[in-house]
Amino acid sequence: MKIAFTAKGTVWDSMMDPRFGRTMFIVLYDDESRTLTSFDNGVVENEAHGAGTATAQKIFELSPDVLITGNGPGSHAVQALKQMNMRIFAEAHDMTIKQAFEKYKKGELKEI
Amino acid sequence: MTNSPARIAIASGKGGTGKTTLATNLAAYIAEQEEVVLVDLDVEEPNSGLFFKGDLIHEESNFKMIPQWDEPKCTFCGLCQKVCNFHAVLQLGPTILVFPELCHSCYACSELCPTDALPMISKRTGKLSDFRINNLHFVESRLDVGEEQAVPTISKTKQYSNENYAHLRIEIYDCPPGTSCPVIEATKNADFVILITEPTPFGLHDLTLAIETMRTLKKPMGVVVNRYGIGNDAVIDYCQKENITILAKIPNSRRIAELYSSGKLIYQEIPEVKELLSNILDYCLKASKGDIE
Ligand code: SF4
Ligand code: SF4
Repeated sequence: MKIAFTAKGTVWDSMMDPRFGRTMFIVLYDDESRTLTSFDNGVVENEAHGAGTATAQKIFELSPDVLITGNGPGSHAVQALKQMNMRIFAEAHDMTIKQAFEKYKKGELKEI
Repeated sequence: MTNSPARIAIASGKGGTGKTTLATNLAAYIAEQEEVVLVDLDVEEPNSGLFFKGDLIHEESNFKMIPQWDEPKCTFCGLCQKVCNFHAVLQLGPTILVFPELCHSCYACSELCPTDALPMISKRTGKLSDFRINNLHFVESRLDVGEEQAVPTISKTKQYSNENYAHLRIEIYDCPPGTSCPVIEATKNADFVILITEPTPFGLHDLTLAIETMRTLKKPMGVVVNRYGIGNDAVIDYCQKENITILAKIPNSRRIAELYSSGKLIYQEIPEVKELLSNILDYCLKASKGDIE
């Protein structure tokens, strides 16, 4: 199973990025290979429009099974993400990726 | 006479500074003497209409063009998704998803699609209404819920007014607040811009930004200070330093606030305000003819 996080850095101790569309990185955890890979989302920073859908397109291409983020994607991005069988969890802000992952495992995050 | 009307735009760095109050009062005041049109360009939140009960004389839908996916023709080449600068079209596996609210109708995806699988169709974005109350024409557009792009609607609303009211002497624009694209669209063909502000530190901050924007557009402008008496003199000092005319200081008064909240026209009850409107109008008309530097 693959889990995607919106984050400000690329390691377990990096803080979560509460923003979805303008998240700095997308970090992907594969629980079979137990590896963490990251994707720089910096290009979106310069986009005046459609940051949400642009990031949704990227996440779609990474095709995780679960997405964990902070404030939650906007309605357009949600509409795009719902095209895939992905579960989306929000309200993972003010914590590290690791803490967000722990909360997710305990079922403490809000599912969208 | 084929002269086009003097276009007076009323704007402010942020909402809630009395912009609509000034626009409606000024328009109604002019209408006592002559026919005039007030155009509410704050299409995300039009509210000038709250002050008038007029007869609806015309109504029409506003449209924009968006691509519509023709699935059987699509080869999933992904080009549309790559060319859209607004990320309004996504390729999600075997689906092309168009987000009408994000689309800027640039036609790029439609024209570049190798198989014509994205023909442009028109989509309603809101409606325009035109009211009449004696000498006062009042035009407003309203975006449908979920529509995010004010600019095309603002442009269309001005066009409607230009086509129908070009014979009048004065056109008043009630502009959207802020300093971004919508207000630039709303003010760009105005002959004179009135910036209204409150004499507070926040007011000054927003006014500074608004003045910078209008300077970039090279617009003649003047400032109306609303609720004069609260806050401090920083706004006045700033305008003097920057050589920007203060058109009027509308006093902070409980009576004005009461009239406003009950949806009444202020100048009809307070002669002092009527006097201020008359001064503002004189100045705007002279300045829009280029008689004042
Ligand atoms: S450009 Fe046309 S053919 Fe290519 S993916 Fe888009 S809709 Fe399909
Ligand atoms: S018309 Fe332009 S803005 Fe609209 S979806 Fe196509 S490329 Fe994007």
